[in-house]
Amino acid sequence: MWSFANPQRFLGLSRRLVPWLASATGLLFAAGLLDALVLSPPDYQQGESVRMMYVHVPASWMALFVYTLMAGASLVFLVWRHALADVAARAAAPLGAGFTAVSLATGSLWGKPMWGTFWVWDARLTSVLVLFFLYIGYIALRGAIEDETRAGRAGAVLALVGFVNVPIIKFSVDWWNTLHQPASVSRLDAPAIDASILTPLLLMAAAYMALFATLLLLRMETEIYARRVRAAAMREVAAAQARDETGEAAGAAARP
Amino acid sequence: MMGGLLHWLAMGGYWPFVWPAYAVAAIVLGGLAAETVRRHRAARIRAAALERAGPVNS
Repeated sequence: MWSFANPQRFLGLSRRLVPWLASATGLLFAAGLLDALVLSPPDYQQGESVRMMYVHVPASWMALFVYTLMAGASLVFLVWRHALADVAARAAAPLGAGFTAVSLATGSLWGKPMWGTFWVWDARLTSVLVLFFLYIGYIALRGAIEDETRAGRAGAVLALVGFVNVPIIKFSVDWWNTLHQPASVSRLDAPAIDASILTPLLLMAAAYMALFATLLLLRMETEIYARRVRAAAMREVAAAQARDETGEAAGAAARP
Repeated sequence: MMGGLLHWLAMGGYWPFVWPAYAVAAIVLGGLAAETVRRHRAARIRAAALERAGPVNS
């Protein structure tokens, strides 16, 4: 697996995978949206409002998954100094922030008809908002430090410290009294959702995952290209400086 | 036919919440996808120009 940590090998693999992943994303979204909006029945309690679950729950799963991946990549970067792990963490952050924003906005829209309010400062909602700020903080920190290695290290430390929030989000509905419902799919026993509702939910979750994989690979490729361009520009500046110094030295030697 | 479509669009009276939820998801995820593809294309063109100028390694 480590052989793919070589940027050149990674680029080769990524270029082969992206067209397949993009096609899978399109197909999964088409099937998922058809099932979510047309074929699946309304919920016996929530009625048609349950259709918001198909965009909200997968976004929430992805928000947690992307942060976990970011923290894992950050750990690999800090321990083994694999530059590609840092590239992955940096590329994943805006995608995670996007999924978290979708989770917050769609959850708020779903909350109004179900709970009577768009927002409540309870444990689940607040901890997801903190996750969103962690993503934004990570992106801002990376952008504020010019040196790539220092920015990578600082970002990795922030990502790892912030990871403590992930289990808090997951178990907040069990540890505290919240308006948010407890887990319905990821339970030790069977999911508490009927297959007619579980199927579009899983299809949409697969579509979100395929979209994330496609965009992550493209963003990693972008970051690798950008680092190459920056490295070439720095080499050019260093070469120009060396030429200037050589010219000055030669000029000084030629002077009587 | 038209009545069926209007009934579906009404989402059992929850249309002011259901459709904005799907719109938000489409705008945010679609925006991320568009921005990713645009930046990828620009970076690939810059890197290709660099490669034509001389061999580079990351």
